[in-house]
Amino acid sequence: MEVVKETEQNEITVNRKNSYSPMKELWEKWKRQKTALWASFFIILLILTALLGPYITPYDPYKADYNATLQTPSLIHWAGTDEFGRDIFSRIIVGTRISLTVSFISVGIGALFGTLLGLISGFFGGRLDRFVMRCCDIMFAFPDLILAIAIVAILGPGLSNVVIAISIFSIPSFARLIRGATLEVKELVFVEAARSMGASNGRIIRKHIFPDTISSLIVFFTMRIGTAILAVASLSFLGLGASPDTPDWGVMLSMGRDYLGTSSHVVIMPGIAIFLTVLAFNVVGDGLRDVLDPKV
Amino acid sequence: MKNTILQVERLQTEFTNDKKKVKVLHGVNFHIKKGEVLGLVGESGCGKSLTSLSIMRLFKGTTARISDGEILFQKNKEEEIDLTNIPEEEMRMLRGKQIAMIFQEPMTSLNPVMKIGEQLTEPICLHLGYGKKKARTHAINMLENVGIPRADEVINEYPHQLSGGMRQRVMIAMAMSCNPQLLIADEPTTALDVTIQAQILDLMRQLQQDQNMSMLLITHDLGVVAEMCDRVVVMYAGKVIEEASVLDLFESPKHPYTKGLIASVPKIGNLKEKLSSIKGRVPTPENMPEGCKFAPRCEEAMPICFQKEPATKAFKGNRHCSCWLYDDEMRDVSV
Repeated sequence: MEVVKETEQNEITVNRKNSYSPMKELWEKWKRQKTALWASFFIILLILTALLGPYITPYDPYKADYNATLQTPSLIHWAGTDEFGRDIFSRIIVGTRISLTVSFISVGIGALFGTLLGLISGFFGGRLDRFVMRCCDIMFAFPDLILAIAIVAILGPGLSNVVIAISIFSIPSFARLIRGATLEVKELVFVEAARSMGASNGRIIRKHIFPDTISSLIVFFTMRIGTAILAVASLSFLGLGASPDTPDWGVMLSMGRDYLGTSSHVVIMPGIAIFLTVLAFNVVGDGLRDVLDPKV
Repeated sequence: MKNTILQVERLQTEFTNDKKKVKVLHGVNFHIKKGEVLGLVGESGCGKSLTSLSIMRLFKGTTARISDGEILFQKNKEEEIDLTNIPEEEMRMLRGKQIAMIFQEPMTSLNPVMKIGEQLTEPICLHLGYGKKKARTHAINMLENVGIPRADEVINEYPHQLSGGMRQRVMIAMAMSCNPQLLIADEPTTALDVTIQAQILDLMRQLQQDQNMSMLLITHDLGVVAEMCDRVVVMYAGKVIEEASVLDLFESPKHPYTKGLIASVPKIGNLKEKLSSIKGRVPTPENMPEGCKFAPRCEEAMPICFQKEPATKAFKGNRHCSCWLYDDEMRDVSV
């Protein structure tokens, strides 16, 4: 009986080895990317923070306490207090939600339209392609932030306009990236094979070309989130984003800069939050590239 | 005519290169009968693949364009259509359903990020109107037909998990899935090793006979031609120069080019003789020679060959050949 059991078990393990799942393989590779693995844990923590934000703050982030203004970090106030005595750590926690939502939504919109444009112009080529790419070139001629400032200046300040601004300046870079990938994929034999089987253009784009561009899309999306977080903070810092009483990281930096010389923690703490978040997204993006791109 | 499934007449295809038109096919003529395997042979660059792409009208992303001629396809018993001037949408519905194609590179002709099953069911759902489940059953049947073991598992695998021979079998299954009347195989075995090659050829021949399907087999391997084809068309520099049944062609090749091709096939056991080859190479479409395009490389070339293109002459046993050698007057003059 023992022997029989063992062979059975062997067969099962053999079967396991044969069953191939792309997700499992990706996870195996991901585990080997040590820095990126830790960065991704940090991002998960950030996302949880963004979701639970208001429920886990040690203090009310909006409540002023004039008996405890500009206190340095201590056990009572982990990140100190600002000029109104508000707990900076609580404000950073609540601010996570603003930063992440705004950047995810804006990069998401940018990625959506950019991918569509890129696929269409790469696939069909010709005059349409030239037109789209020239438009992108025009957008690229402006530095990202200047473009965003200009857009917000036209639309008026506010977080929703920041979303629009960042989406718009994200579109051309996604379009260019996906167009490049499309140009590469559409020349491959399997696209022609699909066409020889009667597949329509739409189907070829959806089923054959788009899935092949996803890996670069994911990598770039992650990298872009970092950029977007910086852009949101910058716009808020300039007073073009969130209103001055919102616990947004950029706003906190901006409000605190008067105290830079005397109580630098007011600026340093939200600065660290921005720095770590952007760093984490970039590291994860790099790690994803190593995992997803077979050429690296 | 009823017996012919595809008739290619004076087919001319050209590319536009820097606003300059470059003709690559110079009036290709041939036909394929029902249930026949027609071999299309010639060196690289003589327009074999372009001929097949012209039939399928797979020109997307290139500047190629059919500039003249017609490709008559017997769609069903009553209807004959000219593939050169039907709308793209109608052409698309023909592709895969009535004319299917197998490509040279099994390694790259399957989408690496799509499961075998998804790719196989794609044309089945499109052309036969099957639902997902029925298409899947049909796909598994097709895989079994082409000799793939554990077809119900393979269907959930990705192309990189299969070997080259297996992938080519999948491609064949895909091409055959909607029961096409005509199968175009563009060097289907070139990328495979010899033992697999024989298996794949056997399989194709068997499927072809089972379904009484017509096949256009493009190859530069005369061994494959001898094994597979009923009739052979020899192309050189964008023109058909000889057409004959397989037996006739190998027994008594008429055109010097065909002779050269056959002579350059290595023979097992022949150790002493140096392998013969045809000198030079196929002229590029931009600088085609005057007169017969093969003349500069031809060992039997006569003065007339450099001046005028020979007409196609019919011979006994339904053969055709375009060469001045068989024009009695010219021969007399030169002799």
